[in-house]
Amino acid sequence: MTSAEGAPATWHGILRQAFKDNDVRLVTYVPDNVLRPLIEGVHADPFFTAFTCAREEEAVGIVTGATMSGMRGVVLMQTSGFATLPNVLASLPVACQVPVVMVVSERGTLGEFNPGQAIVCRTMRPILDSMGIEHHTMSRLDEAAFVADRTIRQAFATRWPACLILSPLLTGGRK
Amino acid sequence: MTDATDNLHVMNRAALTKRLVGALKNREAVVGGIGNSNWDLWGAGHRPENFYMLGSMGLAAPIAMGVALAQPKRRVFALEGDGSLLMQLGCLSTIAAQAPKNLCVIVWDNGIYQITGGQGTPAAASRTDIVAIARASGIAGATWAADQTEFDALVARALTTDGPHLIGVKIDNEPGRTQTDRDPIRFRESFMRAMAEAV
Repeated sequence: MTSAEGAPATWHGILRQAFKDNDVRLVTYVPDNVLRPLIEGVHADPFFTAFTCAREEEAVGIVTGATMSGMRGVVLMQTSGFATLPNVLASLPVACQVPVVMVVSERGTLGEFNPGQAIVCRTMRPILDSMGIEHHTMSRLDEAAFVADRTIRQAFATRWPACLILSPLLTGGRK
Repeated sequence: MTDATDNLHVMNRAALTKRLVGALKNREAVVGGIGNSNWDLWGAGHRPENFYMLGSMGLAAPIAMGVALAQPKRRVFALEGDGSLLMQLGCLSTIAAQAPKNLCVIVWDNGIYQITGGQGTPAAASRTDIVAIARASGIAGATWAADQTEFDALVARALTTDGPHLIGVKIDNEPGRTQTDRDPIRFRESFMRAMAEAV
């Protein structure tokens, strides 16, 4: 795969383009090593307002407020950060039907060295399923643009949070 | 501006919420935190620009910050309890780092978790100064309101000067006088429609 400029397509370039195509301008995140190229890409692009938050909960609050006020946003985090979110997801964007888009870099699988990460990873999909939050695991570069764009588009069309999970199969994971 | 907590009058949240709402003339957004902050906002008379937060304790200020970032021309207030803010102190650094000029956080500080039976907060036991935390987090304009007159003046300042602002208020332990309808989708819809109106 190549981008329009002829450079090889990357998962982070594809995600950044999907944000743009869906007018997602606000990028909040709690830093993560795997997400670094995506974070650096949105910081380098004046289309986006991007900044670090102290907690994932706080980022969900900020994006909820911005989305209700006309500025679409996304929260970037890693698996263990997602595990801090069930109460605020249930009581804020799910209860109020606000399309908060989440992007989670998946740790705890496919070669994880940290037992805690491996256990917390198993909680993520059951939490999403229990709240009816649509989620797709992105594992292939050739499907990435379709999955990212359609998932984000559906979130805004149906006014419901959504989650893109970035598999180590796509990102290479934590080295 | 009042720096120390020694001479602060203990005021009433419902009365001050009414004074705040009475001072709003330009479709300012107000995000009410969980429980009593929310209920006294509701009791001050519903405005479509009010957002009544439900269970996400501690997120009134982050939600308000998101509104402020999305709409830099609109003034935005968060009404938050001291116990709620304690759950999310990191947001003070995030607010200071982004420094939205149009944001004002009002902290109602009674030192108790009133809604769960009035248990004291750890901050009350340790005499933690929430305004001092806000300043140390980088919100230089954070200040206590010593009395009702100063509260009015600080609200006027938040409406006319660049923030971010944070106003700490020592309040009594009177419970909220009314309760909001529990209808989050209706509140979200009316808030979104109100935010779509130009300031």
